[in-house]
Amino acid sequence: MLVKMWINGEAIRDHIDPDMLLLDFVRRHGCASVKRGCETSNCGLCTVMLEGKPILSCSMLAARAEGMHVMTLEGIQEEAREFGSFMAGQGADQCGFCNPGFIMNVLAMIRELTDPTEEEIKEYLEGNLCRCSGFVSQLRSIMEYLKYKKGEQDGSGK
Amino acid sequence: MDRVNENLNTVNQPIYKKDAMALVTGQPVYTDDIAPSECLIVKVLRSPHAHALIHTISTEAAKKVPGIACILTYEDVPHKRFTMAGQTYPEPSPYDRYILDRRLRFVGDAVAIVAGKNEKAVDKALKKIKVTYEVLEPVLDFHKSKDNPILVHPEEDWVALCDVGADNKRNLCCQGTEGSGDLDAVMAECEYVVEGTYHTKACQQAMMETFRTYTEMDAYGRLKVTSSTQIPFHVRRILSTALDIPKSRIRVCKPRIGGGFGAKQSVVTEVFPAIVTLKTGKPAKMIYTRYESQICSSPRHEMEVTVRVGADKNGIIQAIDMYTLSNAGAYGEHAPTTITLTSCKSIPLYGKARAYRFTYEAVYTNTMGAGAYRGYGATQGIFAVESAVNELAVKMNMDPVRLREINMVQEGQVMPAYYGEICGSCALDRCMAKAREMMDWDAKYPARDMGNGKVRAVGVAMAMQGSSISNVDVASATIKLNDNGFYSLSIGASDMGTGCDTILAQMAAEELRCPVEEIAVHGVDTDISPYDSGSYASSTTYLTGRAVVKACRELKEKIDQYSREHPGLTLKEIGNECMCNNNIALEVTATNSSPVSPPPFMVGMAEVEVDTETGSVEVLDFVGVVDCGTPINPNLARVQAEGGIVQGIGMALYENIQFNGKGQMLNNSFMQYKIPSRQDIGKIRVEFESSYEPQGPFGAKSIGEIVINTSSPAIAHAIYNATGKRFHELPITPEKIVMGE
Ligand code: FES
Ligand code: FES
Repeated sequence: MLVKMWINGEAIRDHIDPDMLLLDFVRRHGCASVKRGCETSNCGLCTVMLEGKPILSCSMLAARAEGMHVMTLEGIQEEAREFGSFMAGQGADQCGFCNPGFIMNVLAMIRELTDPTEEEIKEYLEGNLCRCSGFVSQLRSIMEYLKYKKGEQDGSGK
Repeated sequence: MDRVNENLNTVNQPIYKKDAMALVTGQPVYTDDIAPSECLIVKVLRSPHAHALIHTISTEAAKKVPGIACILTYEDVPHKRFTMAGQTYPEPSPYDRYILDRRLRFVGDAVAIVAGKNEKAVDKALKKIKVTYEVLEPVLDFHKSKDNPILVHPEEDWVALCDVGADNKRNLCCQGTEGSGDLDAVMAECEYVVEGTYHTKACQQAMMETFRTYTEMDAYGRLKVTSSTQIPFHVRRILSTALDIPKSRIRVCKPRIGGGFGAKQSVVTEVFPAIVTLKTGKPAKMIYTRYESQICSSPRHEMEVTVRVGADKNGIIQAIDMYTLSNAGAYGEHAPTTITLTSCKSIPLYGKARAYRFTYEAVYTNTMGAGAYRGYGATQGIFAVESAVNELAVKMNMDPVRLREINMVQEGQVMPAYYGEICGSCALDRCMAKAREMMDWDAKYPARDMGNGKVRAVGVAMAMQGSSISNVDVASATIKLNDNGFYSLSIGASDMGTGCDTILAQMAAEELRCPVEEIAVHGVDTDISPYDSGSYASSTTYLTGRAVVKACRELKEKIDQYSREHPGLTLKEIGNECMCNNNIALEVTATNSSPVSPPPFMVGMAEVEVDTETGSVEVLDFVGVVDCGTPINPNLARVQAEGGIVQGIGMALYENIQFNGKGQMLNNSFMQYKIPSRQDIGKIRVEFESSYEPQGPFGAKSIGEIVINTSSPAIAHAIYNATGKRFHELPITPEKIVMGE
């Protein structure tokens, strides 16, 4: 079947099998940042934004994204670099395999929540597993990044 | 290594990982991201039976599915037994498998290989393969395996290359006994003796990137293997044996790896696409699903460790007696070596003991074979010994911290259970003091009733590990000077996400007194990289680090020689001028093995809150104080520790591989196999109390494995202090807490 959607702002038309998952579709179209870590919607590695909202691309048919805007880390490189440097500053990047899905969800969280508490952050990101870091360095990166963002807003800088 | 001057520029600094920006921006750097799009998709038909012989297998219908390129059965593979264990040759793990065998030894064992143009075709073909099985009774219980009439490996060509006491006609993968001192006599003199049997389960490693490999024929007609592996050089050797082709025809490359933890110290996926590429000449890839990663890979060995600890009237531990029974599963990868670590990396924690004895048996069963998981037997042994010591403290009515303070190993002590090595560096005392202060142990021990049905309590454990396998592991590094004076560093050790490319570059930069940016690192390619046994046994920082330091020092001498012959040149000028009319290679490869394996040490303290009604446990706080010698990169060392502690929490509280009566695994996805999420984690606090290891590069020892070892004994202890119930089996679930073990 024919599907049309926007991936990172680019209009894509492709013929696919009706049962193709969005995860495989975006990987096929140059978005290798989107990873698969499970078959049971448990890991969050495949997180992308659909119409601005984070979703698990492994749990959605590509056909259901017909006409919609999909955003992957490839589409927000600047933000990824900005937040990612806070991860690197903690050594939180580790093997990196969970990073793209995690960062997508962090960036979605930052758009959705203002001044989240540690508890809210943990809750928002609960679905993003990481086997390497033990999560604490990821949390430190987020807290540092939020502080930096706030400083930027106040004009006080980092 | 001599003690370098303490004025360090790049070592001991929290430098960003060299690959950080590629990883955080999601660049295509992992195996499946770079596999050619025309790769054949390789999948395996898996046995539904725990024990069976293939009676007939027909692939005719399957081969007719459009897009299918090749289907292989046991008749199509070389009949040369090998082991998938990534170890130095001759491997202690028995040669007990073919790529495909007529005998199937666990649910999930490979029956046939199918390769085709796309996943759909392959899935369709898999369904069309007709197999009739002669179903055999399995041996599933590892207590009943030794000398059971049901043999997992009755085959005549089974062979153990090393003398590890293995006997396939008795289901024995290894056995032995060792010790020092007159154990029985010393134990008999002891005033206090505790004994217990501790059961740890086959935890899955659950790295986020599952096992995966792609293969292709290169322009020279050689098999090029790109794999998510910790052991590229062992992969080359193992593939050569399994495929029965010369080693010279194989090249193995390692891209970025999405986590390993030891899982990828076994050759789990490589053989399948490799044989497909050899047969078809086409590129092929195998990407394990999470399901496959759960049911047929390389988890921790399930073990039962029986330990007896004896102390004199003053509480000095005099004797430790240990018996370990290990479940190798269907194949013996890493079974003979993991089991010996249960004693040699737990008993030496108690430096005053006059006698120890260790008896061990690893047995085959018809369950998934195990592998090398972070801690490698030490984790299982330490859970037993540390739990027993906590019981001893209760028996003696002594604070368990105090009991450890008067018994712990100290610098200069001989460790008979640790290859007789002398403890060359140890800050365990400082680790304990620091942890005690951080946890506020004296105020919190043992427990506080919170008055709402909840009890808070604390627990403690110590741990050790090694730094490389002494007299076995080989590490090498090549460093060369380039134009404009920058350097290239080639290593054969695999960065599996832990950051070894970076910390080795830090060491090179320190030696060569240049910014770390001036060191370009090249990861492993067996055609190019100098030989390294691989990234396992906590070897990289210590062993490859020493090779880097050695190579850099030799290069400096060569540069000095060059400058003597061409006076007045800056380094930049040397880098450029040496590319014209020059007879001195400004390139050095250094190789290094170590006669010792200096242990890092750690103290872990857990504070838990137990809901006495529901049995639920919350780990409120975990304090880990580590002596890994000089932390080369304090950030990366800290994250290693945090990650290891959290994996250990999973092992203590939820992670559990279970089989039903037919040998089918019940925990074959992340739905049924729960690993910790960020909601499960309270505070994790890590500090370093560093000793200076004289053998290590810049005083460093290892960090990667030790950090998983204190979580389960410390948490089990805290739960005991909260509930008065002693748990001998992991994981400690709410059901067990309410109902008892
Ligand atoms: S791949 Fe695991 S949640 Fe989507
Ligand atoms: S960094 Fe490896 S899984 Fe998160």
